[in-house]
Amino acid sequence: MADDAIRCDACPVLCYIKPGRTGSCDRYANADGQLVRIDPHVVLERAVSRGDTVVAFLEKSREWDGALVSGEETFVTAIGAGTTYPDYKPAPFIISSEVAGVDMVTVVTEGIFSYCGVKLKIDTDRHLGAECSTVRAQGEAVGHVTTNEYGSQMLSLGGVRHLTGGSRHEGTATCDTLLNLCNGKAVELIIENGATIIAQANKAPIVDGVQEERMRVGCGSATIGMFAKQWFGKVDEVVVVDDHITGVLSEHQAGKLLGVPESGIAMKGRRSTPGRYFRVAEPGTSWGGTNIVDPLSILGPFDREVARPGLRLLMVSTTGEHYAYFELDDTLYPVEKELPAALRESVARIRENCEPALCTALFMGGAGGSLRAGVTENPVKLTHSVRDALTRVTCGGAPVYVWPGGGITIMADVSRMPENAFGYVPTPALVAPIEFTLKLSDYATLGGYMDHVRPLSSINRDEEGRRRLAARPDNPWPLASEKSEK
Amino acid sequence: MNYRAQIRMLPDKRRLHMHDGPIDVIVEAFGEVSEIALAYRAVAARFVEVLDELCGELEFLRRPACEDGHIPSGAIARRMLAAVRPYASQTFITPMAAVAGAVAEELLEAMISTTSLSRAYVNDGGDIAFHLQPRKMFVVGMVERPDRASLFGTTTIKFGDPMRGIATSGWRGRSFSLGIADAVTVLADTAAMADAAATVVANAVDLPGHPRVGRIPACELAPDSDLGKRLVTQSVGVLAPNEVRNALVAGVRVAESLCSSGLIRAAALSLQGETRVIGAEGCSQLVDIPVLDRSLIHA
Repeated sequence: MADDAIRCDACPVLCYIKPGRTGSCDRYANADGQLVRIDPHVVLERAVSRGDTVVAFLEKSREWDGALVSGEETFVTAIGAGTTYPDYKPAPFIISSEVAGVDMVTVVTEGIFSYCGVKLKIDTDRHLGAECSTVRAQGEAVGHVTTNEYGSQMLSLGGVRHLTGGSRHEGTATCDTLLNLCNGKAVELIIENGATIIAQANKAPIVDGVQEERMRVGCGSATIGMFAKQWFGKVDEVVVVDDHITGVLSEHQAGKLLGVPESGIAMKGRRSTPGRYFRVAEPGTSWGGTNIVDPLSILGPFDREVARPGLRLLMVSTTGEHYAYFELDDTLYPVEKELPAALRESVARIRENCEPALCTALFMGGAGGSLRAGVTENPVKLTHSVRDALTRVTCGGAPVYVWPGGGITIMADVSRMPENAFGYVPTPALVAPIEFTLKLSDYATLGGYMDHVRPLSSINRDEEGRRRLAARPDNPWPLASEKSEK
Repeated sequence: MNYRAQIRMLPDKRRLHMHDGPIDVIVEAFGEVSEIALAYRAVAARFVEVLDELCGELEFLRRPACEDGHIPSGAIARRMLAAVRPYASQTFITPMAAVAGAVAEELLEAMISTTSLSRAYVNDGGDIAFHLQPRKMFVVGMVERPDRASLFGTTTIKFGDPMRGIATSGWRGRSFSLGIADAVTVLADTAAMADAAATVVANAVDLPGHPRVGRIPACELAPDSDLGKRLVTQSVGVLAPNEVRNALVAGVRVAESLCSSGLIRAAALSLQGETRVIGAEGCSQLVDIPVLDRSLIHA
């Protein structure tokens, strides 16, 4: 039997481990032929990212030297801080590390968040469903459609009412959905009377089976507004095809201001305001999110009173992916010609301005309860300390936004956290890593567990197999002082 | 001395946490402070030998238990074989089915044989051996889904009760299961007996051939599994209420026969939110009192 199993020599059981599986300990795994340590405590190392961020177990070139954790260049995250056993003490790691002569303390824990959810931003111009529509996963209500933002549809998923306020199945499905999204896995979301979406953090959304590629630069009308000056004088008429609002340069306010003369163009669809047309075609996956293949199909015959032979017409989609250039012949029929160099730049510019369409997920949770008691004997002081910016909060080393007002309600981009940073309990609720970093003196002041503070150097010596990750260069270093960050 | 094993006091300064390879145990002793210190020293000394001792006979321990007269040399291995032997003539079982319970028992023995403790327990990944002096008791929490650390009930064990072992098995646990039970928790006279029985009863909670139960040959997941090509449960879809009942009935039947032969004292079988409790004193022993999840601190 040919397989890619590897022999683990971490202990005398000598498990033979298949790719993607763990050994009998559930701690060592075969990741693409490499023996790696998984679940355990993640130690973020401030080093240049080496692409492969999981450090192989006992890599020969990095033999144990007793000093893998070397002071301030290492930050311990909360991932795996809890053990898998149902009885352990909160905030299992309170670690000190000297930074620029000041002793810094990081309290590392994993918290259960039942007040939590995911705010999902789906970059798409497609209509996913009406505002307030229920979003379902695994047949259960897990959230709702919220506002439409520029080029994106926001979904609010999870929250305590779905997690624990509904049926058991609803709670489980919600927890599962949040967990998968937070851990970077794909989920299928079905919007009531709307679209079916495959969403995965930092990946393009797939809407009704079609993968989104790019966000449009703006609606057709906005595109006219943005590029009118660049077109002026180089072309007589421009139509920006868009499923939402198709723009026509000569009729649009922007064209009028520049003095673009009437062209005699006749648009199909319903005119909204001058130069702006709704529903020139049906929604689809072609030109500007419509179903048209031949752009001329949205034009009627040119007005013989106004149009003239030789009139130059550019038709382009809101992403610049589709474009065609025409000149009117003697019968006033548009004949396709090669795009002149002068216009090529403006089409390329539209394309350049379209960002890749993504799903992005922010974890949102509130740490107002007893989690704080794992950090200090006087929980409200932690809240005040966070509020006064004396204590920095991170999630798996990723920066968080702390909402103003009471409590510690945070938002963090799940894609900036290490892989599989989240877990769950059957409450159901999510388990998320959370770290509080502050000066040792401030920690003492707020009633911290001073006798539990361990020097960072003790972390690797006490227990084998921390998972060391290179710090992400886009995350501010959790121990850095505010001033040293530019 | 082996240098893999990690042994430390948990931050509560009460419990001892010991880890070596796939073995992860939490120990707690109660009594005089000096006795506890002695007990912890004794259990740690025994712990560092355990994994090497077991691995020395791993090949034998992974083979089906049979009456070929071979007696393993290690004390833990002998406990394992003794615990699974009663099942060997009726079903496929290897001594590995009792490894966690046997380790717990052996470690408990190391603690209490040289000290005087009022109470003590060794929790080896959920399989627990415990010791009680007269008038003492333990309250034990039960976990429905081993992959989720919350308790669905508690049970009280007093000095006068015969049970000194408790074990849980199910397809969601770390070991492979042939059945579909989320969890089968068994009380028996020893931890190794409970461990073996929990495995057997959890295997019996089943709906053979059910389309919503995903099964994969064990060797495809772990080439050196003692279960070989036997199909182990990897997923269980949502089952109809009558299917849940039927699967539980199959398990209850096995559990009751084990109970009447004294191999176990009580069992709680759980599948998709349904629970059945059996045992002579079982109804009073295993009460389904939901308790707060104390495993993690709440945000």
